Order: sequence, then structure tokens, then C-alpha cells
Amino acid sequence: MREWAAKHRWESILIVVLAATIVVNVSLSPFYLGFGNFVNLFWLSIEKIIVVIVMTFVIINGEIDLSVASVMGFSAAVMATLYEGGEMAFVLAILIGIVAGALAGLLQGLVITRFGLPSLVVTLAGLIGFRGAARVLLEDRSVGDFPEWFERIGQQTLFGPFPVALVLFFVGLALAWIILERSAFGRKVYVIGNSADVARFSGIEVDSVKVRLFVASGTVAGLAGVLFAARVGAVQGTLGETYELDIITMVLLGGVSIFGGSGSMLGVVLALFTVLNIRNGLGLANIDGITQTGVIGLLLIGSVLVPNLARRYRLRRPAPEAMAHGPP
Amino acid sequence: MTESAAEAAPKSTRFLRPERVKEATLLAIIAVSVLVFAFLIEGYLSGRFFNRVTTSVVVVTLLAAAQALVIFSRNIDLSVGSIVGVAAYLTGDFLAATGQGPITAVLVAIVVGAVLGSVNGLLVAYGGVPAIIVTLGTLALFRTLLSIYSEGANVLAGDLPSWVLEFNNVTLFTIAGFQVRLVFLIAVFVVVGLQFALARLRWGRRIYAIGSNPSAAAQAGLPTASLVFWSFVGSGALAGLAGFMFLARAGTISATAGAGLELESVAAAVVGGVSILGGSGTMVGAFLGAVFIDTLKLSLVRVPEVSEFWRDAFLGILILAAVILDTVLRNRFNRRWSAEARKAMESTGPSAVGMARMAGGGGGTADA
Repeated sequence: MREWAAKHRWESILIVVLAATIVVNVSLSPFYLGFGNFVNLFWLSIEKIIVVIVMTFVIINGEIDLSVASVMGFSAAVMATLYEGGEMAFVLAILIGIVAGALAGLLQGLVITRFGLPSLVVTLAGLIGFRGAARVLLEDRSVGDFPEWFERIGQQTLFGPFPVALVLFFVGLALAWIILERSAFGRKVYVIGNSADVARFSGIEVDSVKVRLFVASGTVAGLAGVLFAARVGAVQGTLGETYELDIITMVLLGGVSIFGGSGSMLGVVLALFTVLNIRNGLGLANIDGITQTGVIGLLLIGSVLVPNLARRYRLRRPAPEAMAHGPP
Repeated sequence: MTESAAEAAPKSTRFLRPERVKEATLLAIIAVSVLVFAFLIEGYLSGRFFNRVTTSVVVVTLLAAAQALVIFSRNIDLSVGSIVGVAAYLTGDFLAATGQGPITAVLVAIVVGAVLGSVNGLLVAYGGVPAIIVTLGTLALFRTLLSIYSEGANVLAGDLPSWVLEFNNVTLFTIAGFQVRLVFLIAVFVVVGLQFALARLRWGRRIYAIGSNPSAAAQAGLPTASLVFWSFVGSGALAGLAGFMFLARAGTISATAGAGLELESVAAAVVGGVSILGGSGTMVGAFLGAVFIDTLKLSLVRVPEVSEFWRDAFLGILILAAVILDTVLRNRFNRRWSAEARKAMESTGPSAVGMARMAGGGGGTADA
């Protein structure tokens, strides 16, 4: 136990924070412990946490994808526009919507690898551009009246109390864990994140791995956009706007290094639970959304700052000159 | 930049520094797009349009400068939009309560911005937390504090002293219908001043040096932590000034004022040729980036054939085109310089190589 905690410091901290959050929530509200609230906890953020899974890969790989929320909107807008035309089978419209997301990811991945551009800039352009594309398609209309089975996917449960999107999330999570931590591809993602140059010299096809990750990111974002449409029952050009910040926050809070190369699926899952529980608890305590976001922001900074300061303090006592990250 | 270097490489392209080429390219692109719009829109080239652009570009210009200042040292400030909101709201609140004049108001806004910037700076420079994490956090945090402070109430234009809303229209002089307004002149003054300081003063060169290679700068004995700290304070102060300009333009300020401006400021800087990896770019470039984006925004709305919804889609393509052009240009220059250096070595021996390289790249960017 102690050994595990020493090896997984980040995860241990998160478990403590999560436990504290749960204890506080239980004491605050009698509704918290019900199974309905548990499903509800995931339910309102389900699209975000699905994208969090794939964003974990992208950041561990040393890149970032700011465009995910816009790609969600873009995919949903493509789907809605095709459906609105009335000519096409709805299933096909859904598929084309998701493929549009994949192509958005492919385009960005190719630009990043071919020109050697920083993903922060390319996906910032993507953030603005694909949101623009969604607006071009839908202007200020809201497209709804989807077939009944589609809304059922979004709003009713698949089996027991679990809606389709939640089942997808857990299946995706299991797959992601296997791929990231138990497969050759996962090892490559870590190695590239540590040093793309070293990876290249070791014969890893760096560019191909990166492009594949951006395609995955676009595809999953597209899927999340479609699921969002199914849950809400309508698509607007603004669908998912500003979700990227929440998604990236959850990944970084999970202990994934913004510089790439380190982080674990377990950490991200714990961070995700923590964020959802804090939001849920604050919501039950009638605290508004903006304040909830502020608390998460504070947690994000604190989660990196506190270990930094602790390390500096520990290093300072035996040998003052051994400070690792201090000012010169 | 010595005489002997110029002699060693007489055909040096040192006058064609990449940042000058970038600025000239952007200026040409702006000119071309204005001409295209003039062709598409009737009565486009009027004094009124000039006045509208020069008034509306002020906020983004100041924010692009704020953003560039921290990007030069290989950091980023995603909280500028929230700082604009807080500074605009608090300054408005202060003016509504006290009815003070413009100079006090500007000072209040700048101090509010600088204080918030110093929070970012402390955490980044002395806390060892990456800038993107800190400012992603303070983006939310500053906004939350504002929302708690405001309790959902707005600063109303009617409660402000009457000079505030006139401030935007104060015209210093008019040339053939083109009004040169005070707010625009302030923005230009800030940009030119910062450009000069960053290119000529010691701390400016040091900021570029840190952005070029942080660990080399620290090894060379530069006070990296305090330089980074002060660049965040400066960035916050500029965002605070932008907050005042926002107040003067909008009058009514809600708790969500300025949201989303952080991405616009990054976009303006990047289009203006500021490298997101630090160490390269100019304030004038960032300013031109802001002017271009703003001109495009205000013009596209008036083209009858294009729906206004195309604006963001265009903007995305544009940013991508700008950064690709930037990379292609830089690779060209690097190749050219290394060829020159090789030639210089063949003719005069190895000692001239360093000089030729300095002659080519030592001027405006520290990364060549």
C-alpha cells in the first residue's frame, strides 16, 4: 500500500481529494448517495468525459488539441444539415458527421507533422475555423425534430439505469487503458512524448503515430458531438462551445504532464471523478456554474504548485544548492 | 553587427531580416484585402470605415501586445480576457462611485491588471507551474471572483461620468475625413514604445533570449525568474489598459465582459508572426495581426455576397496560412544564411563564420 502510494504519488493525492469531496458531499446532501444521482453525475458532462479519454493520449504524446469542442459542433452541424435536407437516411447522416470529425483531425494532424508546426497554433486555428464552419452550415438556426430512435439513444437507458453514452464511455475507457498501458502503440505514445527526437532515432514512425492520434481525437469529438445532439434533441452552431478548457483541465489535473511523456489513465479517471463530484456537490449546495469553474481552476493550479513547493522544501533542508526548479 | 562582418559577407541578406519580411508581407496582405473589399463593397474606402476600424482595433491591439510580451519569453497568458473583464468592471464601478477623471481611471485599470498579472507571474516564475496551466486556472478564477463581486449586477453606462463615453470619440486631428482618435494613438504609442524597448533595451533582449532557450539564458546568468515575473506583470497591465478601453467603448459592463478575447489575442499575435515557441516576433507584427483580423471582421459583415457566418471560418484558414507562411519563410532564411556562412568560411577561414551568422540573424530575433 505504502509502496504503491510512493510510486503513484499523484494518484494517491487525487484519491485523498476525491474521498474528501465525497465525504463533504454526503454530509451536505441526502440526495447525493442515490444511484440516480450517480448516473446524473456523469450524465450532464458525458460528452466532455468521452473526449477526455482521447485528449489524454494527445497530451501524453506531447501535443494538444484545442479544436475538440469546435469539431464536436462541426460534426453535429454536418449531421444536422444533411438530415435537414431530408434526402438522406439519417444513419448515413450520422456516419458522415463522424467522418467529418475524423477528416478535421486528419487535416490538422497532417499540417502539424508536414510543416512541423506547433499543435497549439494549428488547433487554435482549428478551434476558430471549425466553429466557423459549423456556423456557416447552420447560421443561427436550431435544427431539431430528429427521428424518435435517435433521441431515445440520447435520453433513455440502454440497460438498467445506464444510458448508451455512459456505456460507450466505460467501454472506451477500458479500451483506452489497454491501448495506452498494455500495447506497443501506447509505449510509442509515451516515448514520443518524452522526446520526439529520441523516438525518431529509435525508428518509431513519429509522424504516423501523431496523425493517427489527431484522427482519433477528431473522430471521438465527432462522436461526442452526435451524442450531444441526441441528448439535447437539437443542434445549434454553438454546440459544445468552450468545452475544450474543461476537457484539458481534467486531463492536466489527472497528472498528465503538459510537456508530454508522463501520466496515467488511472490518474485521469480519478481527476474526472473528482471534478464531476466537486461540480455535483457544489451544484447540490446551490453554487452557480461560474463559481464551480473557479474552484476547478484553483484545484488545477494547486495540484501542480503544491507538489512543486513540497519538493523544493524537502530539497532545501539537506542541500540548499540542490533546488531543482527554483529561481537561479 | 560590426564593419568587419559586413566586409566578410558583402552580399549578406542581413537587411532582409525575417521579421521585416513578415511585417512587409502582412502589410501587403492588408493592403490587398482592403482593395478587394473596396471592389466588393460600395463606398468602402471612406473616412467612416477608417474611423470605425481604428476605434475598434484598440482593445485587440493592446491584448495582442500583452500576449506577445509573454509569448516572447516562451510563455502564454490565457487569462487576458478575464483580466479585461475584471479591470473594466472595477474601473467602471470606481468611476460610478467617485466620478473621477480619465487619468485616475486609466491608472486604476492598469493597477488592477498589473496585480492580476503578478498573480500569474508569481505562480509561473517562482512557483514553477507551466504558464498554460496557471493561466488556464486564472482564466476561470478571475472570472469567478468577478462574478462573486458583481453579484450579477452590471456596470451601467448611465451611472458613469459623461466623459467616459465621449472618450472613444475624442479626435486629435482630421486629415481628409480620416479622424485620428486619441484611443488609437494611445495604442500605437504603446506598440511603438514596446517595440523600441524590446529591440534596444537590455531587458528586451533578455526576454527574447529566455524565449529562445530558457536553460541557456539561466546558464548565462540572466535573472530569468524575475524577467518572466515582470513580463507577466506587464502583460497584465496592458490587459488592464485594454479593460479601460473596453469600458470606454461598451459603457455597460457585465460579469462576462471580455470572455473569449484570450484566444483572439493569441490569434492576432500568431498571425502577426510571433512564434508560439518564443524568442521570435515583433510588437509591430502583433499590431498588424490585430489590424488585419479586425479589418477582416468589420469588412466581411458588409460584403453582401458572403454571409456574416463565414467570418470565423475565414479567420481559421487565415491563421493557418499565416503560420505556414511563417515556417516556410524561416526555413528559407535559415538555409540561405547557412549557405552564406559556408561560402564565407571557404573564402576567409572559419573565424568569419560566426560573424556572418551574426550579421544575418543577430538583429531582431535571438533564435537564428
